[in-house]
Amino acid sequence: MYYNVFGEKVSKRRFKEMCDAAKNRRELIAAGLTSRRDLFKMGLLTASGMLVAKSGLSARAYGQTQTNQPPSSGQNTSPGTNQNCVPGNQTASPPTRAFIQALPIMPIARTVAALNPAPRENPNIGAGEVRSAPFQAPQIDATRFPVIPSILYKMNQRQFTTSQSPDLPLQTMWGFDDNSGRGTHSPGYTYQAHYGSPQLTRNTNSLPLVTQKNNTGFGFPSVTTHLHNAHNPSESDGNPCDFYANGHFCDQYYPNVLAGFNSDHAPNGDINESLGTLWYHDHRVDFTSQNTYKGLVGFYCLFNQLDTGDEGTGFHLPSFPQFDIPLAFNDKVYDPLTGQLVFDLFNLDGILGDKFLVNGVVQPFLQVQPRRYRFRLLDTGPSRFYEFFLTDKNNLSATNPYWLISTDGNLLPNPIQVTSTRIGPAERVDVIIDFSKFAGKTIYLENRLLQLNGQGPAAVDSQLFAQNSANTECALVLNDPTKGAIKPAGAGDFLLQFRVSGTPVHDGSVDPATNPTFYQLPDTNAEARIVRTFKFDRLNGQWSINGQFMDCGIGNSGFSETFRFAVRQNSSEQWLLTNLSGDWTHPLHIHLEEHRILSRNRVAPTVPTDLGRKDVTQVHPNERVQLFFRFRDWLGKYPIHCHNVVHEDHAMMALWHVVPPGQEDNILVP
Amino acid sequence: MADLSRRNLLRWTAMAPLAGATMAVAGKVGKPLVEPTVSDLARQRLQQLHLPNVPLVTHEGKKVMFYDDLIQGKVVTLNFFFAKCDEVCPLVTANLAKVQKLLGADLGTKLFMYSFTLKPEEDDVDAIRRYREMHHARPGWTFLTGKLEDLEKIRKGIGFTYPDPKIDGDKTQHIGNVRYGNEPLMLWGSCPGMARTQFVAESISWMIRPEGNSGPGAL
Repeated sequence: MYYNVFGEKVSKRRFKEMCDAAKNRRELIAAGLTSRRDLFKMGLLTASGMLVAKSGLSARAYGQTQTNQPPSSGQNTSPGTNQNCVPGNQTASPPTRAFIQALPIMPIARTVAALNPAPRENPNIGAGEVRSAPFQAPQIDATRFPVIPSILYKMNQRQFTTSQSPDLPLQTMWGFDDNSGRGTHSPGYTYQAHYGSPQLTRNTNSLPLVTQKNNTGFGFPSVTTHLHNAHNPSESDGNPCDFYANGHFCDQYYPNVLAGFNSDHAPNGDINESLGTLWYHDHRVDFTSQNTYKGLVGFYCLFNQLDTGDEGTGFHLPSFPQFDIPLAFNDKVYDPLTGQLVFDLFNLDGILGDKFLVNGVVQPFLQVQPRRYRFRLLDTGPSRFYEFFLTDKNNLSATNPYWLISTDGNLLPNPIQVTSTRIGPAERVDVIIDFSKFAGKTIYLENRLLQLNGQGPAAVDSQLFAQNSANTECALVLNDPTKGAIKPAGAGDFLLQFRVSGTPVHDGSVDPATNPTFYQLPDTNAEARIVRTFKFDRLNGQWSINGQFMDCGIGNSGFSETFRFAVRQNSSEQWLLTNLSGDWTHPLHIHLEEHRILSRNRVAPTVPTDLGRKDVTQVHPNERVQLFFRFRDWLGKYPIHCHNVVHEDHAMMALWHVVPPGQEDNILVP
Repeated sequence: MADLSRRNLLRWTAMAPLAGATMAVAGKVGKPLVEPTVSDLARQRLQQLHLPNVPLVTHEGKKVMFYDDLIQGKVVTLNFFFAKCDEVCPLVTANLAKVQKLLGADLGTKLFMYSFTLKPEEDDVDAIRRYREMHHARPGWTFLTGKLEDLEKIRKGIGFTYPDPKIDGDKTQHIGNVRYGNEPLMLWGSCPGMARTQFVAESISWMIRPEGNSGPGAL
């Protein structure tokens, strides 16, 4: 019996063809025949960019439901097709060289002296502001939270062109301009924010009106910017339904205040609820996947008196920004003929790319010193999960541990030593890598997680692959099939190359091996006022929560009926997230407060990334996950949604709201 | 654009079988009057990969081509049904019947609704005409049948598929989404056919007036 990588039975002849195809492709690459012109010349590439189906040599274009694993990036040239033995349906971006461009580090956002017109407590509709309600923070304490705080940002979403690889033409993207004269960037400028220093961002939609000439094939220039996952008032949260058109703006008030400040830990909040690594992104209902793919993402790093950004003080974590570096990961597809970024507009399942970008460029390198660094790893989606390993290509059998210090931007009580960490769309991990043991070497951040389509990490039957293992060209090795398919070291996707200098340097940061203590986990003892159950399912191809679909309503009168349930302000609840949708993994995100995972299928979590505070939780096939929440301080509307943004855009989202005591409901299955 | 050499573009127009039909700025195949832009190529790729120009028959018995006659240059909605379906289709079609009322004068002028049968072997012209009349479809909402293989090309093209071939072949589980789009502007999205009527109509209106829309919580 022979199987392809999707676990489908294939004939012996087809299996041989598949192996030959992989071999042919490698030979072409080895022969340097990787340009479109060469392949055309040989008659091997059709106009649509697909490789001609000849002796099994074929690759299908983007836009199909099943894309395949990307180039094995161990090659200096990534061919745009898989090195593994796969059926003839790979994605097919043009070839790009890896590790020839330096990792871009997003510049830190600069403030402006004033905004004109000045921000107002009530939305300034006459001036074109689009905000759903007055600012809440000044109503709570106008001294601490003045309507016009001293820290003001003016961010414009703009279209711009940028290079993502020297082997690709310039790309038309959307990004953020902080009006400092340094242009538009994607990922956007990194905010360096501090607890105790409230700030206000004026987000202005300056994207071009959509015309036939300026649309490169996807994206809808209607935006709403969500700050994920700040403890923010609802009117400033960037709700998916609060989108606005070109020429409009929204003033978003970021109080930078700890949860509990206006409830159980007044007046300063609970230090154990400190957030660190946040990100902002477009959240436009039904178009988030296209708009974030087109570039509308950025980091928001939040510091306090302990997590200071200075390794000489507080927790002594590596200093920001020199040794504390945000890394935004995403995967993309480029048109094989034009080299232009493409997005599958017609996909309901989830989208995979065959090119891996970090901070906006394909497979960059980073020059590092032989010391400890803090990296803030963020998966911006749209649909790929990653499992990050450190790989030394000259010693593939070595295990290279590093330290996990934070999940979804929340520092753990203590560092945990890991050999890998897995994250899905919108999840973050902060890690500390000590490069001193790699002085003078080149090592890689490698994604070894097998994912074949938008369903999530492949749960592949190891038996299938054992049967194929006689042919090493085609074999995949599974370390632990219960945890998804992990590819062998060196066979995964090389994302980022670290070039470690050989010159010893001083390292003033804390050694995680000394087991430093960060915050304590807030207790989960509070009695839940209510236990609500959410069932995530697919009904006739439509992504649903409890059998219902996302609804923004129309007009103010229609809006209130779109709320599915009402949470009492400053209460605790338990939510049961139940995944009935067969083979799908859903990364579920709930706005406003961090949650804790109490159990998975009634068993307390054990995976390190499940142990801390979270704002996105992966719910695997046939799993029921029990979450603990507090809903403190703010009132108003927030969503729960799948952060596989293709699912999110196809209605796997629900709006709920926080209401004053007495107005809450007791809906068990919203 | 830097790498888009004239030669590559000529090769593109010469080799792409449908290039001449869809490239607004090109003249005869192989002789472009103006070099196509990135947008032109993106639009052409969308057509080629997702919007097959297959022959169909309307509820009035008129022969049409999917891309040329129904899609090109238009704002549209696309969904699938079959007349004897007793689960999802009647709900979706009944919902769309309410949606068409909310669309008012836009239907048939700025927007065209298309419903495609999943079972052309059962749904001939008479069957889809009766089904259409039963739902009181207004002018501007066309029901279509054709050859199964052509309808399948459309279904797969617009992504109304499941990764599991068994589920994909089960017509009782067929995709109940409504695909909406503005073809010339390359704006495409979709919403559940069973979502609240007003929100379906609202979503479709984004395609009719893409230049300006702000959310319900907003203004």
